[in-house]
Order: sequence, then C-alpha cells, then structure tokens
Amino acid sequence: MTGRLKTFTLGGIHPEENKLSANAPIEVLPLPKQAIIPMGQNLGAPSKPIVNRGDEVKVGQLIAEAGGFISANIHSPVSGKVLKIDNVPDASGYKRTGIVINVEGDEWDESIDRSDDIRENIELDGKEIIERIKEKGLVGMGGATFPTYVKLMPPPGKTADYLLINGVECEPYLTSDHRLMLEKGKEILIGTKILMKALNVEKAIIGIENNKPDAINHMTELAKAYEGIEVQALKVQYPQGGEKQLIKAVLNREVPSGKLPIEVGCVVQNVGTAFAVYEAVQKNKPLIERVVTVTGKAVKKPSNFMVRIGTPVQELIDAAEGLPESTGKVINGGPMMGKALASLEVPVVKGSSGILLMPESESHRKPENSCIRCSKCTYVCPMGLEPFLLSKAAKVGRFDIAEKELVMDCIECGSCQYTCPASIPLLDYLRLGKTMVGAIIRNRKK
Amino acid sequence: MDNIVIIAVSALGGLGLIAAVILYFIANKFKVYEDPRIDEVEEALPSANCGGCGFPGCRAFAEATVKEAKEHKSLEGLNCPVGGNDVMQEVGKILGLEVEQQAPLIAVVRCNGSTANSPAKIQYEGATSCTFAHALYAGEGGCQYGCLGLGDCVDACDFDAIHMNPETALPEVNDKCTACGACVEACPRDIIELRKRGPKERRIFVSCVNKEKGGPAKKNCAVACIGCGKCEKVCNFDAITITSFLAYIDFQKCTLCRKCVEVCPTDAIWEVNFKPRKPKVPKPGAEEVKKVPETKKEIEVAPAEPKPQEDKKEEVPKDNKE
Repeated sequence: MTGRLKTFTLGGIHPEENKLSANAPIEVLPLPKQAIIPMGQNLGAPSKPIVNRGDEVKVGQLIAEAGGFISANIHSPVSGKVLKIDNVPDASGYKRTGIVINVEGDEWDESIDRSDDIRENIELDGKEIIERIKEKGLVGMGGATFPTYVKLMPPPGKTADYLLINGVECEPYLTSDHRLMLEKGKEILIGTKILMKALNVEKAIIGIENNKPDAINHMTELAKAYEGIEVQALKVQYPQGGEKQLIKAVLNREVPSGKLPIEVGCVVQNVGTAFAVYEAVQKNKPLIERVVTVTGKAVKKPSNFMVRIGTPVQELIDAAEGLPESTGKVINGGPMMGKALASLEVPVVKGSSGILLMPESESHRKPENSCIRCSKCTYVCPMGLEPFLLSKAAKVGRFDIAEKELVMDCIECGSCQYTCPASIPLLDYLRLGKTMVGAIIRNRKK
Repeated sequence: MDNIVIIAVSALGGLGLIAAVILYFIANKFKVYEDPRIDEVEEALPSANCGGCGFPGCRAFAEATVKEAKEHKSLEGLNCPVGGNDVMQEVGKILGLEVEQQAPLIAVVRCNGSTANSPAKIQYEGATSCTFAHALYAGEGGCQYGCLGLGDCVDACDFDAIHMNPETALPEVNDKCTACGACVEACPRDIIELRKRGPKERRIFVSCVNKEKGGPAKKNCAVACIGCGKCEKVCNFDAITITSFLAYIDFQKCTLCRKCVEVCPTDAIWEVNFKPRKPKVPKPGAEEVKKVPETKKEIEVAPAEPKPQEDKKEEVPKDNKE
C-alpha cells in the first residue's frame, strides 16, 4: 500500500463534499454603500476604535488599535466618512461596538502598493516581518481568527522546525482556499517563504486534500522554484484541516493534551493567511479584504468573491443572484463548524470563509432520541474523546467529570453530532461544557 | 454437644465484653466535644439542603450559627431564606439571641418578552440550556438581555416554585418560592432578582433588563424599558434610578404608591396583586396591557407579616383578591 495517502489516525468522517463553487474564479465584488466594521473580529480582546464620528478615512488607514496582547489592529477597508461608532449586531445577534463608514469613492492610502507585480525579494528581516504582520492586523484566515503575529513568536525555550501551510479546506461546500491556491499560488509561496524567515525554519509543507488535484498539481509545479517548500496530498477526511490533525497527518507528531503545536515544533498557518502575509509584507497592504465563498444547493451562481471586510452579507448573496426561495438557513462558514446567521445585515469579518445557504428541507435538526450506546461518536472523534460521556456530564452539571475527561481538548468539529444516529445535540453540550470548564479554570487561576 | 455450644457462646461473649470495655475507654479518651446546640439548631432548620443560606447544607449552617453565636453573640448576616422569620426566631431561641426580623423575599422574573411582545425573528434549534444558548446567540426575539426561555431556572429550583408558561415562553414564580436564590444563580442573563414580597404580596418592579437605548430596545420588544426617565421624575421617594437606559426600583425605598406604573409609556413597570384601579382616564390601548400583571398573578396567599412601611391603607381596601 505505498500509494496510500497520509491522514490522521483517530476518528474522522467523510461528509458529502458538495464543492459547487470549485470552478468559479474569484470575482472582485463591487464596493458596498456602507461598511460595518465590528471591533471583535479576532480571537481575544476586541480592538479599540481610534477614529471619531465624521472623520474622513482612506482605504488601509488604521481605524482601531489592538485591545491587548491577543488582539489585532483593524484598518479601514473602504474610503469615506465615519457615520457612527455604535453597537452593531454581529453574526450571533449580539450588539457590540462597531464602526459604520459611509463609502465615498475608493481612495487608498499612498503607502500601499496596488500593482499586480509579484515581488519575490524579501527585504525585511525576521523581527521586522513580525512587526509588520502585527501592525497590519493579520489574523488566522481559516476561521479561528487567532492573531498571526502571536503564533510567530514561540514562547522562550521553544523552537519550531516545521511550518505547515493549511490548504486542506476539509469543510464541505467551501472553496475559497482552493481558488486562492489556483489563482494566487505564487503569492502564497512567497508568503510561506516570509513566514519561514520570520520563524527561522528551513522546511515548510503545504497540506492539500486530495479532492483538489488541480491545486495540488499547480502548487507542486510552482513550489519547485522555492527551496524548502513541499506540497503534500492528503486523504479526504474531515477534520483534516484541524491544526492538530494536520500535524499528525503530515509529520506524524502528536500535540499533547492542552498544549499548542509549538510543543512539537510546528506552526500551522492557513493559505489565506500566507497570502495576506505576502500582501502585508511585500505590498504593505493591511488585512482589508478576503475571499468568501457563497454557495448552496439552490444558489443560482455559486461563487467565490474577493470582498472588502465590512460588506453586508446581503450584498454577497445578491451578487450570487439572490436568495433562493427554498432557503431555510444562512450559515456563516461551512456546514460542519459554521453558525447560522441571525440576520443578513451582518458584515463579512476577517474570519468569514463562506456563506452557505441551506434549503429549508435540510436546515432542521431531527428530533432527539435516547442514546443507544452505539459508540459511533467515540469512534469518529478525531481527538479520541468520549463525546457521549462529556455531553452527559455537561448536561447534568458535572463539570468536574467533563474536565477530567478532557473536554477542553474538543476542537468542536461536530463529527460526533453528525454521526449520531439518535440525533443527540452532542456538540451543543460539549460547547456548554467547554464554556463552563473554561470559566472554572480561569477562576481557579485568579 | 452442649459443651461446644457453651464454649462458643462464652468465648464470643467474653470477646465481646473485652472489646466493649476497650472501646468504652477509647471512646472516652478520643471523644470530640460537639456543641449539642448544633443538633438542636439543625433540627429546627427546614432540612432542604438547598444552599440558599450560602452554606453547603443545613448542618453546615447550624454549625456556622452556633460558632457565630459563641464568637460574636449575634446572628448578623446569617439567614435561612427557606425557613424565614419563624425558623430564625426558633434558632435565636435555642442560642439565646435576639434575631432581627427580615422582610421575606421572593424571586421575580424581570422580563416580559413573551412570544406576543417580542415575536421570534429566528428559530433556535439546539440544546435546551440557557447557558449554552446565551453563549451562542442573542435570542429568538432579538433581545440580547431578555429571557431565552429554555428553563435553566426551572431545573435549578428544588421547591417546584418556578415553571415555564408555554404560552408566553417565560418562567413564572408561584407561592412555593423560598427565595433560596438558586434560579438567580442559574440565569445566565441575571433576569431573576430576589425582591421583597411586600405587604399583602404587593410588589412593583421593572419587568425589563434591557440596557439598550430606547429605539433598539423597542424594536425587539413592545414592552421594553426605554429609559425615558418619567418614572424617576414622578417618584417622590428616590426609589427609582436609571442606569444605562434602564430603570430600577429599589424595593427598600418603594412605598408602592403606583405613580410610576401610571406614567410608564411602555408598560414595563408591573404591579402585582393590587386591586384593579378605578377607570379614571383610560390610556388608549393601555387596558389590555394592564391586565397582564393580573394574569401573571404569582401569589395567592398573603401571609400575615410585619409591615415594614406604611402603605396607603385608605386607598387600598383590604380585600384585594378576586
């Protein structure tokens, strides 16, 4: 079995792929009339606005500063006038501080290089690269939105020897990373080189799931010109794109429970992040736009759009030729880990990778039944946990058991709930357990 | 044959006797003195083991009272909300101390975002846990402060005193409430508050916890407090304060004059267990809303209890039940 593809060893599932928009080239979406920029776009502390009502802003101008160590700067994605700084609803319906900008023209900050030329030469040194990445507000583009610069600064005593670039895109339906690799392959590779320089590592591996043969071929071809970068095809298995799963699959290293990938000498970055790194370092361009997939079985034109941050979701759906009548649910992200949107007025943020329109017939959960102890959830759990036990512990409030059984290791991939024949909301209770145990641990530290 | 029986019985009996003597001396030697009053106090407590007093169970509370009585000669800060004044008097008698009368409390649900007042814009499917839903999204009606209606408070109650009303999708407290505070702890949105039961179970409170500005609050819920400040102005007793667009009535200062209820433009202020007032100048459309507090009559019995403040007796006839 020499031809066997690499994959992670524990659990995993294979949901229907439904990559409907895989052949749709990235289109640049027209500017919105109004951009809404929430302050809490990254994992960690929300950013603090530094502009005032009525201020004129340019594209790329800093409008909010990082609110802590784990936080990120936010730059204006549009040019125009600040209409208000007020509470705006985010994807969950909660109102949080945001900046609303009335778009006027498209005037860019002069320091940004807007040409299409590819700049190969990396002029900055490691420290300057990290500083630039921090300044330009880069966060992980895979969805977790962890500030990128923090990942590039390993804690004292730890060093990385491998950089992994995550081009897996194991979520069904989503194709934004796929298209980015096909269309901006060279930029991604230069971005990878920049990250390697910042981390001071010699080797980088780009992991791509085997359902994207065109991307694998394209990237392998391009990577020949870059020393130290390899492309690795991976088996199609969800959640291959999970950080810990990817490390296990590519390097056969296991991240210990409760630890970060740096523990085993790895740093994982998304291809989208690598592209953003290229733009920030070589073109001085902050993170103001990203690729978003708009897809769904009933969508007339499943597409991939290059969208400015702050564009309302409604405009993306309009550009994909409207909301199909049968739509029952609009999901921000993929079908496995995404969350349903409470309203279509919410904006695209740094972590939005896709907008999925689910038909009514598929958007409801089945009624919950009793657990029949089939152990399917345990079998598919990629972290080797026992979801049935953890969810029960969380349900009855035994958070001590949940903590002992390592609920905090759950990556919330949803494989357990997907596979459960009794349709038990396992992931819901796991998330509840994580919230509560996390709070207990934080209180204990105080 | 007889011999064996006799030997066996006497041997075992002798052993038992020796063991008893040894145990007697050991028990005397290692005796731990325990105040007998602890047992007496525990006997007087309701044995609900609810934790409402802040101690893990009635026994721990009994120990704490005896210790406090020994050290400080007072029971200040110690109260069994379930037993109420009677039990605390009893405890005081056992310990030979005066116990201050405490006004009895009751849990009050401060949200009126029923299915009619705050119609659902989205649909929630998932675990029936308010704590989880609170972390996930704002709410079906769009109000991020209001009741999620999944019943964490009902699960927390040991006294069968709080139940969901399927019509309004809001919890309702009945007279079994002992003010143990379990539901207050369980609610992730701090909607439930312990308030004074009030004379004849009459209470006035703001049935809203929305801290948004008037416009956005009203958009999601017809009966939200918009923070207009009318009640604050009309109150003669400084009982009402408005912080971040939300009125709060201090039940220690409130004299139940009901002026604030009249002026509230959104009917966010509730009066409970009052006699229906004479129709003077009926506000347009106010009547059916004003009925709401009465249908949500929480308490049927009005226990005799000391009157901590003067209420306007002459205006309110004694018989307020229908």
